[in-house]
Amino acid sequence: MNPNVKRVEYAVRGPIVQRAVQIEKELKEGVKKPFTEVIKANIGDAHAMGQKPITFLRQVLALCSYPELLEDNKFPEDAKKRAQRILDSCGGHSIGAYSASQGIECIRQDVARYIERRDSGIPSSPDNIYLSTGASDAIVTMLKLLVCGEGRSRTGVMISIPQYPLYSAALADLGAVQISYYLDEDKCWSLDVAELRRALNAARQHCNPRVLCIINPGNPTGQVQSRQCIEDVIRFAKEEHLFLMADEVYQDNVYAEGCKFHSFKKVLFEMGPEYSSTVEMASFHSTSKCYMGECGFRGGYMEVINMDPEVKAQLTKLVSVRLCPPVPGQALLDLVVNPPQPDEPSYTTFIKERTAVLAALAEKARLTEEIFNTVPGITCNPVQGAMYTFPRITLPQKAIDKAKEEGQVPDMYYCMRLLEEEGICLVPGSGFGQREGTFHFRMTILPPIEKLKVVLQKIREFHLRFTQEFS
Amino acid sequence: MSATRMQFLSPRNARLLSRGRDALLAGGGGGGGGAGGPRVRSLTSPPLSSSSPGRALSSLSATRRGLPQEKMSENGMVSRAKVLTIDTMNPTVKKVEYAVRGPIVQRAVELERELSEGMKKPFAEVIKANIGDAHAMGQQPITFFRQVLALCSYPELLNDSTFPEDAKSRAHRILQSCGGNSMGSYSASQGIDSVRQDVARYIERRDGGVPCDPDDIYLTTGASDGIVTMLKLLVCGEGAARTGVMISIPQYPLYSAALAELGAVQINYYLNEETCWSLDISELQRALDEARQYCNPRALCIINPGNPTGQVQSRECIEDVIRFAAKERLFLMADEVYQDNVYAEGCQFHSFKKVLFEMGPEYSNTVELASFHSTSKCYMGECGFRGGYMEIINMDDEVKAQLTKLVSVRLCPPVPGQALMDLVVNPPQPGEPSYDSFIKERTATLSALAQKAKLTEQVLNTVQGISCNPVQGAMYSFPRITIPEKAIKEATDKGQQPDMFYCMKMLEETGICLVPGSGFGQKDGTYHFRMTILPPNDKLQILLNKVKEFHQRFAQQYS
Repeated sequence: MNPNVKRVEYAVRGPIVQRAVQIEKELKEGVKKPFTEVIKANIGDAHAMGQKPITFLRQVLALCSYPELLEDNKFPEDAKKRAQRILDSCGGHSIGAYSASQGIECIRQDVARYIERRDSGIPSSPDNIYLSTGASDAIVTMLKLLVCGEGRSRTGVMISIPQYPLYSAALADLGAVQISYYLDEDKCWSLDVAELRRALNAARQHCNPRVLCIINPGNPTGQVQSRQCIEDVIRFAKEEHLFLMADEVYQDNVYAEGCKFHSFKKVLFEMGPEYSSTVEMASFHSTSKCYMGECGFRGGYMEVINMDPEVKAQLTKLVSVRLCPPVPGQALLDLVVNPPQPDEPSYTTFIKERTAVLAALAEKARLTEEIFNTVPGITCNPVQGAMYTFPRITLPQKAIDKAKEEGQVPDMYYCMRLLEEEGICLVPGSGFGQREGTFHFRMTILPPIEKLKVVLQKIREFHLRFTQEFS
Repeated sequence: MSATRMQFLSPRNARLLSRGRDALLAGGGGGGGGAGGPRVRSLTSPPLSSSSPGRALSSLSATRRGLPQEKMSENGMVSRAKVLTIDTMNPTVKKVEYAVRGPIVQRAVELERELSEGMKKPFAEVIKANIGDAHAMGQQPITFFRQVLALCSYPELLNDSTFPEDAKSRAHRILQSCGGNSMGSYSASQGIDSVRQDVARYIERRDGGVPCDPDDIYLTTGASDGIVTMLKLLVCGEGAARTGVMISIPQYPLYSAALAELGAVQINYYLNEETCWSLDISELQRALDEARQYCNPRALCIINPGNPTGQVQSRECIEDVIRFAAKERLFLMADEVYQDNVYAEGCQFHSFKKVLFEMGPEYSNTVELASFHSTSKCYMGECGFRGGYMEIINMDDEVKAQLTKLVSVRLCPPVPGQALMDLVVNPPQPGEPSYDSFIKERTATLSALAQKAKLTEQVLNTVQGISCNPVQGAMYSFPRITIPEKAIKEATDKGQQPDMFYCMKMLEETGICLVPGSGFGQKDGTYHFRMTILPPNDKLQILLNKVKEFHQRFAQQYS
């Protein structure tokens, strides 16, 4: 079989999750366990963790699915209006028709206007917007365009360590060279241009570095980049002639005081034409995160900036082979970028629901950091943004030896034991990459607050027990 | 028992698609390690390649040495070339072609815009007959499906008495198998458990009880996604050992596009237009033997009912293909997305799986097969939801684990599409409140299609210079057109394929958007176009007349 596929690894849904699913099945069959349910804190899956969908979004989707409901006076007028507009831009007024491969035109217009509002008026052209099947799809597509060359001229792609494993998986699949740059755990996972330079220079010996990927707010590390840092990255990309890929799917998920989301595009344009007319960039967004958490719909978009027109034509051709992104996901994205306005009937509820979700997340981010930092042997950076904590765990040497005996990475051994003993499913840090000799896990902060407290308490107890056992 | 087991493991019977032992040692380079990810693979272009890799590589090496290319811009300032240019992009992407949404469709979209801006044209609307997009052509969605989807989208409607009980119970069941009872959750990467179970039961009913295991079902983002994923698994080797994949000509261009992108070798076998686009084993053999000179043929793709050619394979033909695949050790890929679209009398859909199992254990235990289905075609035509599934048979367990891992990277297929797939394989049953209207709607759609298939063949065959095989199934007609020598010359002068020239002219003059046969492949010196039969009857009638008039005018003009 294809050797590249064999090299692909994706820890977020790896062996530990497979075991979690098995345990769930065993529980259902009545097998006795030291717990009554499996809590899957391995993935940023908001609705699975009990977060309720935003009413307005789902009303419009129901109307689009079954337009007979447009006659139903239970639905608010603004929901009907949105649904009608979406249906009018679908072939045969049905979300069952294929859309343009780049995405429905009026939705791309709405996305462009949303970006302009977000970026205080910096223009965005609908022609530069490509709707996608979740952000993952667009990221893989962009990487695919960029990869070429053989041997030492093979394309190298710089990704952070820790990273979201979609990147390493896609690079393995494409046979591209992964160039790792390390985030600084001691400075709240910040990105340091000197480290970028080190990684780049080392990589130039064996490949052709052409791309720099940034995740901001960070996954799994939860840091939010400062404006200054983004400027530095952009300068570095220009200097070193790198294509920038900015994964900004957590753009609404910023919790820490003093932190703010700055889009790469906005900063790029504020740095003046020397940068804004030269640096090539793609930025990614999704319906799966933020306050929506609508992962199942696989909605998303990317905006490409300064892309060569010939390459853009190739991109348009490439996406046409898959016909179109799922239309319900496109519709949902449209609502995200064009939500109820102050004078519309659904506005108050919408704002109330959105605020509640984001405020709860902020609270959970704080709580998680607080509790973990009370546990000896766990240290946790503030969760400034995104949906995860990535604490560092101290593993006793005896546990490390034991793991090796069992042929497991130490933090995988740790997480597997936690799963078997407490029913909590986390992802070991090794799945994201970490400095050698350090160990971490990723845990989502999404469970409802009462449940989260229980989870944190259980992890605390487990960690203490584990440390004792191997001391 | 142990003897059978031994034989099973003998090299002759080893799976076509298996994970090499040596690779187990090489795998797993991830984790904390430094820079160099694994990168053994080198992408050689297939021998049929026509682009200019030399140019791409030369400009590339300049950047690699850290010497950014410089070029003069119009105003004389030195500006640096972009990181990503046509010369420095992935060369396999450049080789991808997908005619169904190619230049002619782009022009059609432009024309629509021009019309809406009030520009005068010799037609009032553009009719896009280029693609099998049923709803865009006015086909109404099946009420039951959309009711359940609305309920799943907005579960508050479960309290609404206007929805029938069976729609509510379906929605309830789907929601219960979603995390947090919401379609907004990720599903398992292979697809929702209960949906895969329903798919398996559907296949068992369809195939007269041949067993189907939900573990062998993978839900997908439309059939295209499943097909590309399977091809990706199959492709390996370099040079003469590179994987070759046999596809029919004419073919659905997803296949050629995916093969180009994967850098696999396309092996063409020709369908026989004279015998209603039938598939002939001796032609398969010819194509295979020739290909063995320069690649390693490992997969055979079949589309049944045929796209773009509309033929429906006989049971005997399917048996022959299976025997051929067994003998030549080929992995079979059966694209069966049009399985409900069979119109011609005497024709019947036979699934490859059913035939395989009826041929006895000698075949059913050994031949590796993947079969694909979708929510986009048949009577549903729900293309926008991107629902689909594939069933894999006799796949090596280790490879299956790799497949499961591979699909997990994309998290999951869209859940609304999965829900829709569930309804397709588990529609209203007799005794349920929605049964009658469901059957009525389904029957109406399928019988209208049958009528349009007949009408299309009839009308096109009255035109001198157009000859059209019966549309036995699927959703397209692929008639052969005679293009006068003068027109061929004019097209060649313009650097266009003659049938592209023909279709472009038809678009400009009549507003009808078809896909030239060259986009699907055809025997040298023959010309065709693909037209969907989906427009409503009266519109189809007008369309066929316009095609007729255009063809006559065209033939006259270039006579």
